Amino acid sequence: MTTLKNSKGFWLSIVLALIFFSVMQFTISNGMLNPFYINTLMFIGINIMLATSLHLIIGITGQFSIGHAGFLAVGAYASAVMTMKLELPFIIALLAGGILAAVAGMVIGIPSLRLKGDYLAIATLGFGEIVRIVLLNIDYVGGASGMQVSHLTTWPWVFACVMITIIVIRNFTNSTHGRACISVREDETAADAMGINTTYYKVAAFVIGAFFAGVAGSLYAHNFYIIQPSNFGFLKSFDILIFVVLGGLGSLSGSVLAAILLTIVTTFLQDYPETRMIIYSLVLILMMIFRPQGLMGTREITTLFTGKKTKGGPKDGSHNTVA
Amino acid sequence: MELIQQLVNGISLGSIYALIALGYTMVYGIVKLINFAHGDVFMVGSFVGFYSITVLDLSFIPALLISMIVCAIFGVLIERIAYKPLRNATRIAALITAIGVSLLIENGLIYIRGAQPEAYPNDVLPMDKLDILGVSISSQSILILSVSIILMIILQFVVHKTKIGKAMRAVSFDSEAATLMGINVNNTISATFAIGSALAGAAGVIFGIYYIKIEPLMGVLPGLKAFVAAVLGGIGIIPGAMVGGLLLGVIEALVSAAGYSLWRDGVAFIVLILILIFLPQGLFGKNKREKV
Repeated sequence: MTTLKNSKGFWLSIVLALIFFSVMQFTISNGMLNPFYINTLMFIGINIMLATSLHLIIGITGQFSIGHAGFLAVGAYASAVMTMKLELPFIIALLAGGILAAVAGMVIGIPSLRLKGDYLAIATLGFGEIVRIVLLNIDYVGGASGMQVSHLTTWPWVFACVMITIIVIRNFTNSTHGRACISVREDETAADAMGINTTYYKVAAFVIGAFFAGVAGSLYAHNFYIIQPSNFGFLKSFDILIFVVLGGLGSLSGSVLAAILLTIVTTFLQDYPETRMIIYSLVLILMMIFRPQGLMGTREITTLFTGKKTKGGPKDGSHNTVA
Repeated sequence: MELIQQLVNGISLGSIYALIALGYTMVYGIVKLINFAHGDVFMVGSFVGFYSITVLDLSFIPALLISMIVCAIFGVLIERIAYKPLRNATRIAALITAIGVSLLIENGLIYIRGAQPEAYPNDVLPMDKLDILGVSISSQSILILSVSIILMIILQFVVHKTKIGKAMRAVSFDSEAATLMGINVNNTISATFAIGSALAGAAGVIFGIYYIKIEPLMGVLPGLKAFVAAVLGGIGIIPGAMVGGLLLGVIEALVSAAGYSLWRDGVAFIVLILILIFLPQGLFGKNKREKV
């Protein structure tokens, strides 16, 4: 019975999303939405993908990674090379961006097995910087001046990618593998003792997260006309981190909400980048001091309506145990 | 001869890294927190030094001392306001707060004075070239090196010969036991932040004099590299930070000398990842077994 009920909610949300999609598509194709709002909409989509993919690494598996912009950069550049240099169709560029970023995720995931907490954070930060510096030094992709990319990202593409990302990450989290990842987050030693291959799941989380970040990078590159290594510095990684932290480490809907909220805030503060960063940093500090579990904690938005307690939530005896 | 010149440059740069790394390593040793804001304390120190030289017309040593004092107070304020409420929180929470503090300082300064860079006046220190065995070394780099070495000797003295140093070592060894022995842990942590930040402030002034250009985001990269230096030497170990800083400076100078100056910033992170994989306890660290 509960399975039926859960899947009912699942299909309901898909139908709602499709309705939202068609309404947006209708307004866009009739020219009712000006380009500024369309662009904001695209950015919201891309940021949701970034936030949810990082959510899988930090929120579910508990691996504190702050080099997510590195995966974004790998995806962006790989897809840009595909469409601009090799003149392949956009769908192949999307996949190539994702796959190359996934390979990068595996490369950083494997040494990360030996690292924990702070050290892992610094190593991933270093990885992000290395990606940026490597791109800066490759003349084939334009070095510091960057690369021209044609505008191919459209609303149906963004929507489809966001949907796939959310569905895959949601289902992964609720599967056996997702449970294993959560057990790694809660207590790695105990998970090991229970016979869970922690190494495998940590790398898996990195690879899946990196894949979707790479796809987001492809969309990002083809929405932006030009990509430069300086777009992918650690400030970008911190931007993505803020989505996840604000939404609540461990809450998928939380990170989606935070991505939407902060993208809108960012768009309206575009002319005042310092003010935006000051607000971001104050949000981070005050959040950690007064509500370290984030807006949603580990709860999901659906539980607000059903009133049903999810396992592992703040009332489950394990208070914000993330990392 | 070219090589020796590069080595001298590397040691000068390395001594700046070492001064910053000391703050990282001391704070990490005592509260197990990567103080991301440390690079920004370094930046603030550089600006304080700049304003005391240009606006207050001070010479090098008074400017250095003012910058160290301001940074010490600043460091303690950061610790009291942002980190102290999180003493018992998870380490990730503390790390996120540190990132937030770092962003706040950078963007707060940009908000107050704008993002434009400033240039240190180049008559702060005499610019003579000394010829030692055919290698011409600027008197600046010698002075910088000697200031750093004097500061490190003072630090060694403070840590090993004074009461507060003894308290620091006790707290970093076992803070609960230190509390039971009647050591005021909060004050000791504040003192650690003060000393570390003062060293970062000194590094900021030295950096400004050596590299002329300063700007609000200048602290990020040296801060991260200094952290690499601290890890390289074994985090929490004071002599390790000094050696790690000097070593990293020399490695960077050699990479530049080999003609890969654009890759210079990447080398530090490659060193970091290699050291974390092969020697995670650092050059001076002891391998600790993890207990469940």
